[in-house]
Amino acid sequence: MTMTTLRPVPVTVPTVEARGARRRDALNWVAVHSLAIAAALLFLLPFVFLFLTSVMSDRQALTTDLWPASWHWDNYVKVWETPGFLTWWRNTLLYAAAGTALTLLSSIPVAYALAKFRFRGRNLALMAVISMMMLPPQVTVIPMYLIWAKQFHLTGSLWPLIIPLAFGDAFSIFLLRQFLLTIPNDYLEAARIDGCGELRILLRIVLPMAKPAIAAVALFQFFYCWNDYFGPQIYASENPAAWTLSYGLESFKGAHHTNWNLTMAATLLVMAPVIVLFFFAQKAFIEGVTLTGVKG
Amino acid sequence: MALSSTTAPAALKRKRRRGALRTLAFLSPWLIGFGFFFAYPLLSTVYFSFMRYDGFTAPTFTGLKNWNYVLDKYPFFWQGLGNTLWLVVVMVSLRVIFGLGIGLLVTKIKTGLGFFRTVFYLPFLAPPVAATIAFAFLLNPGTGPVNHLLGTVGLPQPGWFTDPDWSKPALTMLALWGIGDLMVIFTAALLDVSREQYEAAELDGAGPWQRFRYVTLPNITPIVLFAVVTGVIQTMQYYTQAIVAGKVASGKVGGSGEPFEPGYPHGSTWTLPQMVYNLGFQRFDIGSACVIAVILFAISMAFTSLLLRRRSGFLQED
Repeated sequence: MTMTTLRPVPVTVPTVEARGARRRDALNWVAVHSLAIAAALLFLLPFVFLFLTSVMSDRQALTTDLWPASWHWDNYVKVWETPGFLTWWRNTLLYAAAGTALTLLSSIPVAYALAKFRFRGRNLALMAVISMMMLPPQVTVIPMYLIWAKQFHLTGSLWPLIIPLAFGDAFSIFLLRQFLLTIPNDYLEAARIDGCGELRILLRIVLPMAKPAIAAVALFQFFYCWNDYFGPQIYASENPAAWTLSYGLESFKGAHHTNWNLTMAATLLVMAPVIVLFFFAQKAFIEGVTLTGVKG
Repeated sequence: MALSSTTAPAALKRKRRRGALRTLAFLSPWLIGFGFFFAYPLLSTVYFSFMRYDGFTAPTFTGLKNWNYVLDKYPFFWQGLGNTLWLVVVMVSLRVIFGLGIGLLVTKIKTGLGFFRTVFYLPFLAPPVAATIAFAFLLNPGTGPVNHLLGTVGLPQPGWFTDPDWSKPALTMLALWGIGDLMVIFTAALLDVSREQYEAAELDGAGPWQRFRYVTLPNITPIVLFAVVTGVIQTMQYYTQAIVAGKVASGKVGGSGEPFEPGYPHGSTWTLPQMVYNLGFQRFDIGSACVIAVILFAISMAFTSLLLRRRSGFLQED
């Protein structure tokens, strides 16, 4: 791309140098943007194919045709009216909303203590949080299932997934702590000297400053619950009235195994809320991802 | 004098105790959660791995029998471990390389940055089940558009999710589509590299490759390491995409008719988490399922400790 050398050129002919640099910049611009467009096409094509298939007729969806011969928008109505679909929405929304609210309520104080209190065993507690965060859910699922089934008789519902979130979520605690570390201690000290209690400091000073991190955690938790397949498969699969979209979508495919058009319409309907929510909260979301990975 | 020297420590002690109580109060939700949802079930899993237990009749001690069964006679364990190793090597490294590539590209984009970043990020948000079903359709050997396009340009048309040689590459393609998280992390890290270092290298006559090799790479090594280790841990948990792809491709979804053959096709998509589910919840061999869970735990924690040691920043003080 860069044909011109970078060796210092005598300043006697500045126009030539400037023209060379400008040409190099223009070439660079074209190269970068062509590559970006090509990559963007690859990332978008799956969505385009899904959409085109979702409005095909039953028969055309079984062919290799890429473009719909006629546009069957009513496929979306058919999906929506499939028995169970509305229930799955309601359950997913309940799981995601209640799960997110409980996660925030229980994780914020823990993250605050881990970031701002000095106490013996703090590093140990933090390592425990990280270990929980990295633990595959399958490691503990069997004893957990037995407890929920035999002690509490709550399997066949989403409660075994929601209730634990009232006791802190390791990933959320970790992410919030990472952010709270960046709040200067001077603010808190000043408030303490003024006789402010820790709870009030948390509510009045820390929370308003931590809004972006809280928004990111809320979004992550919402998406986690929305996308969760393993949890509902374990705890809710025995009772169709408790299925979520992720679990139901799979059985939807089973019930309509030849209807790729309806399956793709359903698939897009499940993806849609996630994508819409992302457009509303893009900034919070990207800040959150950055926080997990970079500000270690 | 004597009075104050005795009251001062008492006041201090009281203050300390109040501090400890306060800490305990703030930590209490998580302490309960840690005990009930981590420590207790973890110990139970280890305990059950030495027991014969079907979930209904009382468990009986069998020593190392379950361990012996899983490691020696269970036909899928080593195959599943092999699949996981394949995914760790190929999927994780390609995701890191590809994520870094897209991250670099994003830092160079001058026009339409918001648009491109959104496009690269969106697939990461797609619910795994939906994304997997979508890919099973796109890569369907008979009706899928991908093979149609490959055929049009005269390229071979693999069976993808129905061919044991192509099922893991197909899952890898799905994982590469969802590269958005790494793209964001790498972009942020790349933007953190100081301009001065690049300018100094340029003055020394370093070309684009040399600048990448001697300036960019050393600066982002911690992030690359973070991406690799978290990638390995995620791959140890690889479950939803593998099981859903197998179910959809084999046409045995939804529990009606013949049972689903896990790892379809030919065990090529078996992973350890699927074995926990299959042994524990479908074959009611809880002892053997817990053996796999313990192995999964050991491997995950080994990598977690690697992350903790190499990234001491995780534990930084204030």
